[in-house]
This record gives sequence, C-alpha cells and structure tokens, in this order.
Amino acid sequence: MASLSSPLRICRGILREIRAIKGPEYKQCLAYNYVLDQFRKNQITGERYCRAQEEALHASHSYLCLLTSTRQHMALYDIYHGKGQRDTEEMAGIVGLRLPTQPGGKGWEK
Amino acid sequence: MQVLNPTWIGKTCLLITLVTDTMLRNLVRLHSRVGHALSPPIVYPRSQALKLPLTLLSVNSKYYSIITERKKFYKDVSISHGEGGMFEINLDQRKMKTPGGKLFTAPNEALAIAVANEWDTQKDTLKFYSMHMTTLCNTALDNPTFRSKDQIITAALKYLETDTICYRVEEPPTLVELQNNEWDPVLNWIEDRYNVVIGSSTNILGPEIPQATMDTFRQHLGSYNFWSMTGLEYVITQLKSVVLAFALIDKHITVEQAVLLSRLEEEFQIGHWGNVEWAHDVDLYELRARTAAGALFVHFSSESSTVKRKLMQD
Repeated sequence: MASLSSPLRICRGILREIRAIKGPEYKQCLAYNYVLDQFRKNQITGERYCRAQEEALHASHSYLCLLTSTRQHMALYDIYHGKGQRDTEEMAGIVGLRLPTQPGGKGWEK
Repeated sequence: MQVLNPTWIGKTCLLITLVTDTMLRNLVRLHSRVGHALSPPIVYPRSQALKLPLTLLSVNSKYYSIITERKKFYKDVSISHGEGGMFEINLDQRKMKTPGGKLFTAPNEALAIAVANEWDTQKDTLKFYSMHMTTLCNTALDNPTFRSKDQIITAALKYLETDTICYRVEEPPTLVELQNNEWDPVLNWIEDRYNVVIGSSTNILGPEIPQATMDTFRQHLGSYNFWSMTGLEYVITQLKSVVLAFALIDKHITVEQAVLLSRLEEEFQIGHWGNVEWAHDVDLYELRARTAAGALFVHFSSESSTVKRKLMQD
C-alpha cells in the first residue's frame, strides 16, 4: 500500500493540532513535550530499515488522524447535531434552502 | 448574633422531613431500578431537584451512567506515577476514576498522556462521546460486560464470516472492478501473512471460512493481552472487517486507508450521487476517530520499548 508521509510532516501536523486545541500556552502542555521527545528519540538509528521506527511512525500517523478527525467531527457536530427545536429559517439554512417570501402577506393575514 | 426563633426551627425541620420523605421514596425507587444500595443525602433544598448525575451517586453500580455531557469541573490535567509502574491521571489534584468507581490506571506513559490530552482538550463542557481513548481504557479496566478474553476473541472472529472485504457485489461493473482492485490486494496480503485461506464470494451467505483459518486466527489472537484484545475487538467492530483490522494493526495500511476500504461502496455512491455533509462527513470523521483511537490503544497496550544506546567506537 502507499507509504506513509515523512516524519517531519506528521510531527508538524500533530504540533499544529495541539496548538489549535490549547491556544497560546501550547508549549507547556504534556502532549507537546512528549511528542517532541518521542520524535527525537526515534530519529537516530544505525540500521537502514528499522522496524521500531516504522512502528513509531505508524503510531504517530494514527495519533495525527485521531486528533484531526476528532476536531473535524466535533466541528460538524456543533453545526448539525440536534439542538432541540430550531427556528424554521435556521433549519432551512442548514440544508441549503431558503424560506419563500411573500411581500404582500399571506392571503388570510390582515 | 441572631437568636433563632424556636418555631422557625420547628417549621424548617418539618419541611426538611417532608422533603426528605418524598426524596427518600423517589431515591428508593431509583435504587431498586438501578440495583445498588446507598445512603441518600439527608438535606435537599427544595429548589434543587435530583440533579446529581448517576456517576456521583453510584459506587457499586452494575449499570453505566448515560450522561453524555457535563460541565468542566477542573482546570489542570496532569499525570503521576502510581503503584506497580502504572500511571494515574490527576484532574486538579483529584485522581481520576473510571465510571465503575475504580482508580484509573494506565500501563504506560504514552497511553496516560493520550487520555490526559483528551481531558485537556475539553472546554466548558465535557463531551464524553469525543473521548475515545478514555472510553477504551475505562472498558478495559471495568470490563462492564464481564467478558473473558476467550469470549472477546470469539466475538471478534464472528465478524470473519461476514467480512466486508469478502462480501462482493455482482453489479454495477464499475463497483465490482473497484472492489477487486482495492480489496483483493489486502486479501492476498493477509492470506500470505498468516498462511490461511479466506477467499471472497458474491453469495448471500458469504464466504466459507475453513476451520483451519479460524484456528490460526484464534491462536494468533490468543497471544494478545486483555487490553490489546479489547482494543482490537473495538477496531473490528468499527470497521466491520477482521481482515482490515488485522491489516491496520499489523501496520500494513494507515487509518485513513482502512476507513476508506471499509466504506468503499459508500464512497462509490458518494462519487456518483454526491456528498451529504451532515451524514457522510460526520460518519467518516467519527469512524476515523474511533478507528484511530482503537489502533493507537492496541499499539500502546502491546508494545514495550527500551532505548539502547550504542557507544561510538573508533
């Protein structure tokens, strides 16, 4: 199957996700230091094909996928998930429709 | 200092006993339904009805709470070493507990940090349905359905008889071709790797899995510990395929690829009829999150790493 993307890209991706979660003080959080630590540790290896390195790369790719997809899922959930009774106009807007307008007022309204 | 009016005290006590009586009766009814014994709180101000979530009430609850959200009650999350080399999570100095009441312990640091990060991610309200690693750890620790490892293995292997990869269609021809191109390589890979025969079928009953194949897989799954097996069964349930789960856990394919292959027919139909964001995308991201969490959980539960330093010799 297709090969994984480079460790640098995955590392940057994870750190970007952490920054998106935490905000300004993202450098102090646990996950940031741990991830950087792990990437540095697994970098240096004497062999050309290192199984442990591949496994660590796969794990980091999975973690990046976890962070990104949780964020995207929650974003969609906030938009679309049932919030109880919504306004008709808002509801129509969610599926991309607009309510019809009748400038003269409906027939039975005075 | 205000002198307390004796009649006032009398009236308040009466009120409290009245309130407590009805509250007690309600609580007893609740307990008999839920099935655990517990001493109810004595004083309830009338305005605050029974708002305590079930997690706080129960200590030996047979049932899990159905609370999906609650307010964030902590500021900092940190991890600490516990007994026996296990890691614990601290929410603002208090130790985190599982829904079953046990102390939350993770076997290694990586898992603990992943869980701590999930709790750290929450803002204002805790959304338990987005905390997949925490859920998996809680399931492994509490084992609420009281299953042994063998039962989990049996449940996992049941999916092989109706494996997604092995269930093929006969028409439309583009879909048939897509299934052959995408699914056949994975099937060949697993047949080579484990030396088994699985095969695909267009029959409604699914492929005929020989007993030797089941035995090989059962033996292989027996080598995983209980935690890894919990995670692996979770991945199989999410992807609806034993073959894809094995390919993912053996690091042959990535999470995104596994999810794509699992949803192959859906993606085909989306390509034809169009994408509906509030259904397709929501499903896709949720499946990705769950599968990634499961794969990571298995990886962390079954690995043990040591760092060996080589001395430079010249």
